[in-house]
Amino acid sequence: MKFSIYRYNPEVDSKPYMQNYELDLTKTPAVMVLDAIKLLKAQDETLSFRRSCSEGVCGSDAMNINGRNALACVTSLSTLKEPVVLRPLPGMPVIRDLIVDLTNFYEQYKKTKPYLQNSQPPPAKERLQSPEERAKLDGLYECILCGCCSSACPSYWWNPDKFLGPAAALQATRFILDSRDDATQDRLAQLEDAYSIFRCRSIMNCVDVCPKGLNPTKAIADIRDKLIEDGV
Amino acid sequence: MLLPTQSFDAVIIGAGGAGMRASLQLAQNGLRVALVSKVFPTRSHTVSAQGGITAALGNVDEDNWHWHMFDTVKGSDYLGDQDCIEYMCQMGPEVVYELEHMGLPFSRLDNGKIYQRPFGGQSKNYGTGGQATRTSAAADRTGHALLHTLYQKNIEAKTTIFSEWYALNLVKDREGRIAGVIVLSIETGETLFLRGNAVILATGGAGRIFQTTSNALINTGDGIGMVLRAGFPVQDMEMWQFHPTGIAGAGMLITEGTRGEGGYLLNNQNERFMERYAPHAKDLASRDVVSRAILVEIREGRGCGPNGDHVLLKIDHLDPKIIESRLPGIRTLSMTFANVDPEKEPIPVVPTCHYMMGGIPTNKFGQVLTMTSSSQEIPVPGLYAVGECACVSVHGANRLGGNSLLDLVVFGRAAGLHVAEELNQKRSQSIVPEEEIDKALTQLNRWNNTNKKGERVADIRLELQKAMQLDFGVFRTGKVMQEGIEKLKLLRERLQHASLTDTSHVFNTARIEALELDNLMAVAIATAISAEARKESRGAHSREDFKDRDDVHWLKHTVYFPDDKISYRPVNMKPLTVEPFPPHVRTY
Amino acid sequence: MVITATSLGRTGLQDWLIQRVTAMVLAVYSAYLVFYLILHPNLSYSAWHILFSTSGMRYASLLALVSLIAHAWIGFWTVSTDYLKPAFVRLPIQVAVILLLLGNLVWGIQILWGI
Repeated sequence: MKFSIYRYNPEVDSKPYMQNYELDLTKTPAVMVLDAIKLLKAQDETLSFRRSCSEGVCGSDAMNINGRNALACVTSLSTLKEPVVLRPLPGMPVIRDLIVDLTNFYEQYKKTKPYLQNSQPPPAKERLQSPEERAKLDGLYECILCGCCSSACPSYWWNPDKFLGPAAALQATRFILDSRDDATQDRLAQLEDAYSIFRCRSIMNCVDVCPKGLNPTKAIADIRDKLIEDGV
Repeated sequence: MLLPTQSFDAVIIGAGGAGMRASLQLAQNGLRVALVSKVFPTRSHTVSAQGGITAALGNVDEDNWHWHMFDTVKGSDYLGDQDCIEYMCQMGPEVVYELEHMGLPFSRLDNGKIYQRPFGGQSKNYGTGGQATRTSAAADRTGHALLHTLYQKNIEAKTTIFSEWYALNLVKDREGRIAGVIVLSIETGETLFLRGNAVILATGGAGRIFQTTSNALINTGDGIGMVLRAGFPVQDMEMWQFHPTGIAGAGMLITEGTRGEGGYLLNNQNERFMERYAPHAKDLASRDVVSRAILVEIREGRGCGPNGDHVLLKIDHLDPKIIESRLPGIRTLSMTFANVDPEKEPIPVVPTCHYMMGGIPTNKFGQVLTMTSSSQEIPVPGLYAVGECACVSVHGANRLGGNSLLDLVVFGRAAGLHVAEELNQKRSQSIVPEEEIDKALTQLNRWNNTNKKGERVADIRLELQKAMQLDFGVFRTGKVMQEGIEKLKLLRERLQHASLTDTSHVFNTARIEALELDNLMAVAIATAISAEARKESRGAHSREDFKDRDDVHWLKHTVYFPDDKISYRPVNMKPLTVEPFPPHVRTY
Repeated sequence: MVITATSLGRTGLQDWLIQRVTAMVLAVYSAYLVFYLILHPNLSYSAWHILFSTSGMRYASLLALVSLIAHAWIGFWTVSTDYLKPAFVRLPIQVAVILLLLGNLVWGIQILWGI
């Protein structure tokens, strides 16, 4: 199987280039893209990428595979056209090869104060939450912060510092909708400006690429509905 | 060599569940905490934990922590230290409520309380009252929910996080106290000395010593390697849990929760074979019991598939609504890695290496223990270990499902509390001799200056994993293990001459893999030597040449020292407040 | 919370609402005009003149013009903040567009009330 992989090592290369590789899949078993690039790394140890769980829950190995953001460990080679073109996530600074700088992505996440706030002293046991209230968090809490969505979002490309991006917006919604959180008003007030969530233009690339099948566009719409409910 | 230095009250290595629970405890106390992690915190392996966290909340059925303690002692095949098990089980409900207050999105019962499911090895009334329902869960993503919640709370508490920094080695001060750790920035290649009045190791497991494992690629036993290189021993390294239900051919885990929700195992006769091995608990017997049963079925020709090399996990009789609400993650995993929709067909499964019961010996405060020449146990000043890398020992020879997440938070918290208390006694900063720093850097310097014509790291790693898989798997025999030890010692020698062709600084993952292989090698050899030495079968350590448990000679912890020497220490059979549980024949 | 100076509304929520309300005004107004043109296939200048001489039509047209300007400004502001990154480029162009739109408003009023 043929691969074309984006290479850039700032210590050696003046500019990035695409390198061709080939793997004989009849000799070495590789099912997923991650299996393949691990085998390529065994041949060429300078090839660099992030990886950890290999089962799609840690979010390390997000990359652009044949033009589409995805996790290498759950993208099956059999679904891909040759040569398989691997590039780093678009719209983010490249550190080396397939590794991008996610600092800004994490900063946007932190801006949403992604932790439960409750001003009441906790009870001796658990805070009660009905299954219906808990169900509102489904589709929100499962985010693995891989960055596929934000890096596929044109609005995030143009305003990465001001627009939260789909991943962070999803987390904002996760806490706004949690029945145990009582900072809803503060959270909403932080989001009513023209950028934080309103820069979402419903392009829905985020929904298209999310490896966990989540829907950040809907999460943003939920915040907007809450703001409208409160603000008119 | 003079290194740039930063000082903190405490330095924590590893940002999984245990490390982040410890850092949170300290940061909330207003202490300055450095949390070092070779991956961004939410990429730590805790994220993969599926089924849940066990604690006697009694939300579904009558329960109390004494029963949980009994089950854990029995599950450990009596190798667990009963004082520590008592502490963990007693603290269980409190730490789970704390997690709930932090925002962990537990699944809920109709009355609004935390949802709990039955798990393997759980019983009511000291094994006489039938199956208990004790494991709290957030669908089948409990570890993910827990890890993200702890990371989020650490953001709030303003913990200083060194993300994508790799911890190289411990540094001692002039008095021999642990004074900090040398860390390497993966992104830039710079090294830094992180000083701390306490160092807490929370580096997780090392399942990557085996070829087939549910463990993440980052689980390379870095803490074990660091402790051994610093001259301290590790304990019970022969005890490796093989989880019964890894996806055949891939190794990814299918949670025990699938059986807790009503799933069961079938052989090629369509027989629910666990009924023969564990008439009462059946598919919810302890993991070591189920794993052995599966392998016996396969060995005796009752395996499924064209090669008869796996068994089937059936859940297609469950209500699809239950699968979609309680087990959505495993459904996706089976469809991705086994091409099977569990709502329609059974999942092909086979035991896979899952958890390291052994590790760095500690007491119930997380303080690392070492042994003097006169076999006296003493804490290593300034050094703590928590989570999977530690051996408290609460899991003994076999861990119960749902007890690992509990272990992380109970002892992460306990270590945090103990460090905070110790720091109240003001201590002036001690002197670290330059030679100590140099010594801690020798490993890195060796890899930076290798002969370019040596063997490749990847090749040696693969041979190591194959040797471990073949010679130290579920069933072990003396002769095979002795051969295995020889292979490993040769590999250890070859590793000294291996080479690194990439010596760049920026995100040199080849160098990180080389450093990790040093740790894998240390873990593998400790495992091999400890396993060969234990001449009995207990829990996960199952010998064909010594099939029975031998409490007269072997009711003791193996202690392995860095010079390949073995020693032993007694199991603590004296709980703090309750009556001890003496060893009994273990049936399910 | 990101602070903005040249946006129309004080918040993104206001902009969002204004854009939707003005869009509705424009839709109704345009639909009416299209409908009117279909009903009058051989439209004469005098009929057209009479239509715009009623004060109802004048106010409706003014409303549509104001809506168009608000709608256009929000759209242009968004596009300019997306694509024109240096403030020293963006601000003069924004000012020029504001002047152009205000000029259009004055011109429109002159036309409507000059009939």
